[in-house]
Amino acid sequence: MTVSIADWFKETANWVFILLAIPTLLGAWRTVTSNNIVRSVLYLVVSLGGAAAMFLSLGAAFVGWTVVLVYIGAVIILFLIGIMITRAPLGMKAELSHASNVRMPAALLSLSMFVLVAWGLIDAFSNTAIEPFEPTPTSDIANLIFSRFVVPFEVVSIVLLAALIGGIALARRDDGGGA
Amino acid sequence: MTVTVTWYLVLAAALFSMGAAGVLIRRNALIMFMSIELMLNSVNLTFVAVSKHLGLIEGQVAALFVMVIAAAEVTVGLAIIVAIFRFRSSANVDELSELRG
Repeated sequence: MTVSIADWFKETANWVFILLAIPTLLGAWRTVTSNNIVRSVLYLVVSLGGAAAMFLSLGAAFVGWTVVLVYIGAVIILFLIGIMITRAPLGMKAELSHASNVRMPAALLSLSMFVLVAWGLIDAFSNTAIEPFEPTPTSDIANLIFSRFVVPFEVVSIVLLAALIGGIALARRDDGGGA
Repeated sequence: MTVTVTWYLVLAAALFSMGAAGVLIRRNALIMFMSIELMLNSVNLTFVAVSKHLGLIEGQVAALFVMVIAAAEVTVGLAIIVAIFRFRSSANVDELSELRG
């Protein structure tokens, strides 16, 4: 690691990575630490948007736009509806988190997990450069899904149908129309 | 030195750890769900980064499947939270202690 800082800043890919990593990490951090549940959801949008842009910068355009559509479009709306229905405490409420005697060991545990995983990853993958902006053709993904992965694809559609029916069955009121 | 696959993987590890911390620290079921979404998304980032590194596209297909399962999980999970809320009038996981012996 004898690369000078000036060399490092000459690379466009490094800039793009840093500019995308900062909102992704900050959004995740505020999602976990915010005392306002609506803000938590909105910071989750920031984090997922950063991750989607990171998928785009890796050339995985289809995955990136699917994140935008499925997560930011659908899942976030589901969360907002969930907040509305459960009448979650709006405004600054500290009781969204556990007491500090639970928080400290939990933070320590996840920090040590990060250190362990990051250490292992750096040890295993160091100095293998990738081509960040080279796009993957979406037709290749389609060919793969509908040839080798066609059975998992069909199974996943059954899973989605089951989840749809299960969601309706769980959330409907049992009084009135009979079970 | 340009951006390497390790950066993406370490970023994904950081996101995953934050999500795990959220599941452990928070006691509102909705925020725990959001933390689980963070963890799933970080795993997707790992899938895509490694598939880029290996020159394969199977990782992107796996990330798509993970996303579909995550959507199904959110649907069922929110339905369960709504059902529990109707029963207990609370989304606080500390109050759900019926299974305690």
